[in-house]
Amino acid sequence: MRGLVFERNVPRFAASRLVSSLGGSGRGAAVGPLRLSDVEQPELPGPDWARVRPVLAGICGSDLATLDGRSSRYFEEIVSFPFVPGHEVVGVVEEGSGAAVELAPGTRVVVEPVLGCLARRVVPPCAACAEGRVGGCERIAFGHLAPGLQIGFCTDTGGGWSAAGLVAHVSQLHAVPDTLSDEEAVLVEPTACAVHAALGAGVEPGDSVAVIGAGTLGLTTIAALRHLTQPGTVLAGAKHTEQRRLAEEMGADVVVPPDQLARAVRRHARSLVTSGQLTGGADVVLDCVGSADSLAQALSMVRPRGRVVLVGMPGTLRVDLAPLWHREVQLAGAYAYGTERTPSGPRRTFAIAMEVVAAHRLGRLVSARYPIERFEEALAHAGAAGRRGATKIVFDLRPTRTTRTGTVPSSTAPKGNGA
Amino acid sequence: MSPRPGFVLEVDRSTPPTLFWHGEGYRLERLPVGSRVLYAPEPVDALADPVSSIRHAVTHPLGDREPLPALLRPGMRLTIAFDDVSLPLPPMRRPDVRQLVIEQVLDMAADAGVDDVVLIAALALHRRMTDDELRHALGERVYDAFAPHGLLLQHDAEDPANLVHLGTTDQGEDVEINRRAAESDLLVYVNINLVAMDGGHKSVATGLSSYRSLRHHHNARTMQHSRSFMDQEHSELHSSNWRMGRLIAASGVKVFQIETTLNTDTFPEQFRFLQRREWEWTLRDRAAFVATSEALARTPAKLARGIFHSIRAPHRMSSVQAGEVEAVHAQTTANVYAQQLVEVDGQTDVLTMGLPYICPYNVNSIMNPILVACLGLGYFFNLYRGQPLVRQGGVLIMSHPTPWAFHPGHHPSYIDFFEQVLTETTDPVEVGKFEEAFATDPWYVHLYRTGNAYHGVHPFYMWYWCAHALAHLGAVIVVGGDRAAVRRLGFTPASTLADALEMARDVVGGEPTVTHLHAPPLALADVR
Repeated sequence: MRGLVFERNVPRFAASRLVSSLGGSGRGAAVGPLRLSDVEQPELPGPDWARVRPVLAGICGSDLATLDGRSSRYFEEIVSFPFVPGHEVVGVVEEGSGAAVELAPGTRVVVEPVLGCLARRVVPPCAACAEGRVGGCERIAFGHLAPGLQIGFCTDTGGGWSAAGLVAHVSQLHAVPDTLSDEEAVLVEPTACAVHAALGAGVEPGDSVAVIGAGTLGLTTIAALRHLTQPGTVLAGAKHTEQRRLAEEMGADVVVPPDQLARAVRRHARSLVTSGQLTGGADVVLDCVGSADSLAQALSMVRPRGRVVLVGMPGTLRVDLAPLWHREVQLAGAYAYGTERTPSGPRRTFAIAMEVVAAHRLGRLVSARYPIERFEEALAHAGAAGRRGATKIVFDLRPTRTTRTGTVPSSTAPKGNGA
Repeated sequence: MSPRPGFVLEVDRSTPPTLFWHGEGYRLERLPVGSRVLYAPEPVDALADPVSSIRHAVTHPLGDREPLPALLRPGMRLTIAFDDVSLPLPPMRRPDVRQLVIEQVLDMAADAGVDDVVLIAALALHRRMTDDELRHALGERVYDAFAPHGLLLQHDAEDPANLVHLGTTDQGEDVEINRRAAESDLLVYVNINLVAMDGGHKSVATGLSSYRSLRHHHNARTMQHSRSFMDQEHSELHSSNWRMGRLIAASGVKVFQIETTLNTDTFPEQFRFLQRREWEWTLRDRAAFVATSEALARTPAKLARGIFHSIRAPHRMSSVQAGEVEAVHAQTTANVYAQQLVEVDGQTDVLTMGLPYICPYNVNSIMNPILVACLGLGYFFNLYRGQPLVRQGGVLIMSHPTPWAFHPGHHPSYIDFFEQVLTETTDPVEVGKFEEAFATDPWYVHLYRTGNAYHGVHPFYMWYWCAHALAHLGAVIVVGGDRAAVRRLGFTPASTLADALEMARDVVGGEPTVTHLHAPPLALADVR
């Protein structure tokens, strides 16, 4: 069956990096290490695993960074080649074993892709996994699976960008209620990241919170902040018109272009300015971009002893940390999900994310669906999503039907034509 | 030969194209046949001997005021306040009028043995003047005698220790002014009356006051009831200042007002064509127009701005009068009218104007979009007496590049006003809900007090200045402006004057009457 495979191929990797740096993110797909191939169904690695046929699979910023050659070398030893990308997945269970048989074939599920100790059959589990914090797993390169921090980066599991499907441990599967559409379900994974970031950001009631970036991660983070915390004011920096509209809809109080965000925070905080740095600032800043510029901006607009949370995936950055040191700013990462502490007790992040997705109708963030055969267009669209008025681009792996104008997924017509 | 008065030309087929200012440049435009062009009077004769005229004025005061020498005595506290960098426009060649007047006052003070003398730039909420600007206004001798000793001050409306609240008017208006000025034995105010709005009680009641006072008349309601603010008899802005001025006088503050008027000799020789009527342009004028406009078209905006802001106007003092504020100002206003008033028969459907590179608030700075709006809808629209040049529901067409550009040092709160306030509303009344936050923002206060920034509330005042025009007009069209900036202002962008006139027809009907205000040099339309 047809699927997209990412191979370790240094010349193609270099070519992709060059083309994407010149033509824009996602543009290097035609010359890069991602190939459309016939892909074998992955083997079930053991008991308690299930085979999942993807329905929709999103294209994430981290996927684009990998394809563009912008990812940190940090990840080299926690991925295994070749792998099928795609970790934002809603799919259908095809078969299962052990505890997974409880998920009957045909059950619609979203995949929690982190490959923690349970999936890796590591006994006893690491301290993080024992607490349900699989995002913090200490064994992601170990156990009976090849290295891979997530499905979609591991050679043994397959990934969402393939009709051949993927395999997932039962602990990684969450049944999707009928009330959620496929488009909403495919947003659960990125929303779970946002939920984890929002709940971990230490937002106190009445706090001012600045969110940098309004792509999928920024928008879902605003929604999660509004749903799960009680910020006084949420200020968002959004580059494009459609992003600004959506950021307001998600619940941001003040939405401005990125270059105006520091001024907006200054006005709100009634701060002074020195050395290009606000003397006061936002209580919490969530950086949903992950670039040197965005981190520097975050540090420039957070109050002393405030908190900056890196939500977007960064690479190797050159940033002046003197203000962080001098102002005793806390800098924290927010990766993935697992189990969250809530007033009602521990809850799986994915369960909370489903509530946020439903409450904020996040399915509307799916802007275009492409068949995997049109992956070059899809990736180019995803790389230029904001500029083209789009947010989330997904691959549509639903069975197709033939029409006079071509093939379309049986349930929904494709929208991937220049949205 | 006596100077010719202003007049209104009716455009016919033989009329040459009309000059429109366009920021740091100008254009020749063909107006429709039948259009009217309002030309300013030629510059009136300057005083032959300004120094003698000044001495005569202060020794022969108007109104209930003794001659200045009689008011000066040893041991007294004397404060001399003077208009700031917003006047005159463009800045005048040395010696500045303020220098001429202040030198005479200081000479008399020295003769009387007065040694407690302080000079204060009456900034209100304007930006502090730079040392160079102070030197230019006061001359080297005065500057060097006072500045090094800390005796040349710039009014600080955010320094509570140096403000004094004198009371409230019968309309409940707070009157709070500079403490040194209020507590002096004599306050001499040195004014430049460029337009009819300037001077009178406004000099002290506005120039030396605080936000607490200014907010009573610098607001949308007052400006909508000032029709126009160039006509004191019909200006709520002036009524409020007059109430405050009378309270200041009743509080015991003795003001000796010295007001001056300038003629409209506005541009130096190389730009002389800018103040000539087009059909009278000489070959040299035409060559200068072609050469300068071609050169400016190829000049980067920043450089062009520098060239224009280096212009020093040749205008000269046309009158000086001194004494009691109201008596002095009545004479001053008459002199301003004598220079600027032009009779106009009836209103127009469409008023066109070319906006120049300068207004009172961007001397040596950038004319940002808010200032463009203020110059067009605030100042030029209000250059009338009687009724506006353009009819109710008519269209104003302004020509200006309207760059999306701000001077971060001079206009920091303007940037925020443009980004935060105008994105929410352009209604002068509604913007008021943001005023307090801007007026009390500690960063703006800091920049106003220590840098060269306009006060945080100042962009609101610029927008209030537009209130009357915004309520009166059916549409505002900007020719050749940055389209995004023009739209942010709530106006309609047009590429050419022809396009703008076509758009205007959608508002006012098929065959509109068109009048062009050919300024600067400044003219005040007396619309019958």
